[in-house]
Amino acid sequence: MAWTKKHLLDIESLTAEEIITVLDTARGFKAVGERAIKKVPALRGKTVVNLFVEPSTRTRISFELAAQRLSADIVNFSAEASSFKKGETLKDTALTLQALNADFIVIRHSASGAPHFLSRVLDAHVINAGDGAHAHPTQALLDCFTIRERKGKIAGLNVTILGDILYSRVARSDIWALTKLGANVTLCGPSTLVPKTFEQMGCRVTHDVDEAIRDADIINLLRIQHERQRKTMFPSIGEYTQLFGLNKARLAKTKPDALIMHPGPINRGVEIDSEIADSGRSVILEQVTNGLAVRMAVLFLVNGGKVPAEAVGN
Amino acid sequence: MSDATVILDATAIQRALTRIAHEIAERNERSAEVALVGIPVGGDHLAARLAKILAGIWNHAVPVGILDTTMHRDDLDQRIAPTVHPTEIPFDVTGKTIVLVDDVLFSGRTTRAAMDALNDFGRPKKIQLAVLIDRGHRDLPIKADFIGKNVPTSLDEKISLLLTEAGAAADQVLLRKK
Repeated sequence: MAWTKKHLLDIESLTAEEIITVLDTARGFKAVGERAIKKVPALRGKTVVNLFVEPSTRTRISFELAAQRLSADIVNFSAEASSFKKGETLKDTALTLQALNADFIVIRHSASGAPHFLSRVLDAHVINAGDGAHAHPTQALLDCFTIRERKGKIAGLNVTILGDILYSRVARSDIWALTKLGANVTLCGPSTLVPKTFEQMGCRVTHDVDEAIRDADIINLLRIQHERQRKTMFPSIGEYTQLFGLNKARLAKTKPDALIMHPGPINRGVEIDSEIADSGRSVILEQVTNGLAVRMAVLFLVNGGKVPAEAVGN
Repeated sequence: MSDATVILDATAIQRALTRIAHEIAERNERSAEVALVGIPVGGDHLAARLAKILAGIWNHAVPVGILDTTMHRDDLDQRIAPTVHPTEIPFDVTGKTIVLVDDVLFSGRTTRAAMDALNDFGRPKKIQLAVLIDRGHRDLPIKADFIGKNVPTSLDEKISLLLTEAGAAADQVLLRKK
């Protein structure tokens, strides 16, 4: 039950109990956001650095607000306006931030493994805010929180993740978290973006979208990440929408209580029909609210995490 | 478990709560202004029991809330993160006499955190403190208004409250060496 990890680097290294601890803790922090005074002194005097080497708006703002609501001081550091442009390495930048007594480094980086690397060279708590196509643990945790809050459980639910799986760190972290908690995960999308090898992670792979969403309790849509695709993975956006986009005709064939999720940013008219995004079936904005609570919980928990020597960097 | 001593059994706990309830009623003539706020784990259930007894004395329902104090603790970077419990205060605390209810009063740090946490919800007219056990060893200038039982302890002892609401077979307060 107790959380002892010093960092949050991925979902793979967490136990189901640790994931549940984050979700339970986040429940308390969600309530803080609903009060007149939305701030608690839990991290008073601590410094959080948002080290965003890859651009992000929503995750950065979410961590920024999370830190502020815990009374920590926060510094935003973005690649465009930094010494990376002048040739400084990630390690030197991080050591510089640590020399300024940063207690937490929240890192977003296009290279998989960057947060793990930092956790080995720094004393500060490292939180992975997304690294390459590897992991986005806080997104998976907020997805689980949202599912659990809406459905009352996770075990036994059918969760379909639809879209660009290959390049998606969200998909990987979601798969780890959901399978650890006992959900049945189905992946669907163009065969170039949803290779069969993902079955090794304990989920089902199909390329037939109607079949994939028919029995789903949760449909999690992912954006096509053009910025990560090195070559064209499917003929055209129009064809993708036609074959895999969630439209009203497809939605009509799903369970009436199936929820639509999306980590954002959404591309209306591509992976999701605009009206569906705004409908009562969509919990996309709840995910944003819950993300804040989950990130507060993560900062709160790692702050208390002691460092067993063997667990460093893990 | 074998070296645990029972300090209070189920009857003694209920008797202590009944006495505390009468003391709360005696101290607070304006019963409509009184609300109970329990501190988890333990204090929340005790607050609910006290509210039931007080409702019988006053012939009206007494508002009860739950206040999590973990986010206001002063030792968060010196320990493994404590379990956060949901706070539920379904009434406006401003102008009320809030009776904080905790199971064991020890260092007084939880009470301090509770008073800070309560401030985020409004400005109570008064805050009073009710505890089932006062075991001494205060670190802060804090004193309970209502005490079920004073138990002199040494620092290497641990007091635990078992309640049926929390899944225990019977209500008990136990004292054991750490």
